[in-house]
Amino acid sequence: MQKFWITADPVEINDCIKAVVRPEAGAISTFIGIAREYTKGKRTLYLEYEAYVPMAVKQLERIGNEIQLKWPEARASIAHRIGRLEISETAVAIAISSPHRDEAFQASRYAIERIKEIVPIWKKEHWEDGTKWIGDQKEQIAYKNEKIMEEAEE
Amino acid sequence: MIQVLLFAGLKDKVGASTLDIQEENITIDDLRHKHLAAYGADNLLDQAMVAVNEEYAEKNTILKKGDVVAFVPPVSGG
Repeated sequence: MQKFWITADPVEINDCIKAVVRPEAGAISTFIGIAREYTKGKRTLYLEYEAYVPMAVKQLERIGNEIQLKWPEARASIAHRIGRLEISETAVAIAISSPHRDEAFQASRYAIERIKEIVPIWKKEHWEDGTKWIGDQKEQIAYKNEKIMEEAEE
Repeated sequence: MIQVLLFAGLKDKVGASTLDIQEENITIDDLRHKHLAAYGADNLLDQAMVAVNEEYAEKNTILKKGDVVAFVPPVSGG
């Protein structure tokens, strides 16, 4: 069963859950990111996501490997949608299984933060009065390679 | 030949998603300044990270025949 994928079809969190459920797990944490209609009062009509698909899959797999280095008993599955998304549709789904809850919660947060740093996927906002490709959501002052090249060392 | 891939705003600015560069054994910086300077996309190119054959690479990496070089604008997935 695939654990990391990019798809133009609707993303179901249950598919990620199924990919990580196992007898050793006592917890599964899930996170979904969905298409937001209002950002600081500005109304989005719909979103469009583009990916460098083969590399994006590799980077999702890398996040899975980083999680396993940091939390050896945690297992991850991540799916990201591309193409046009209507409001409230799921853009990204993450499931983490682990023996106990703490690692699952921590790894889930880690996964979404890493997605926003290293996975080559881009969001385009479509508003009533125009469009814009969004970049650098983490608002790092310098968008440099350090965050990218850094490996999970712990 | 080196193949260049462009995405998101950078693709829109250049007006193409792929470019074929008829040169090899040059660095990413050489490629950037010698072959991509004419597109009026300097700011976006400077902001982009670069990947060679689907792995992030440093800008002094030497590009060989058949390499695929992707300019990756600041990502916004999730």
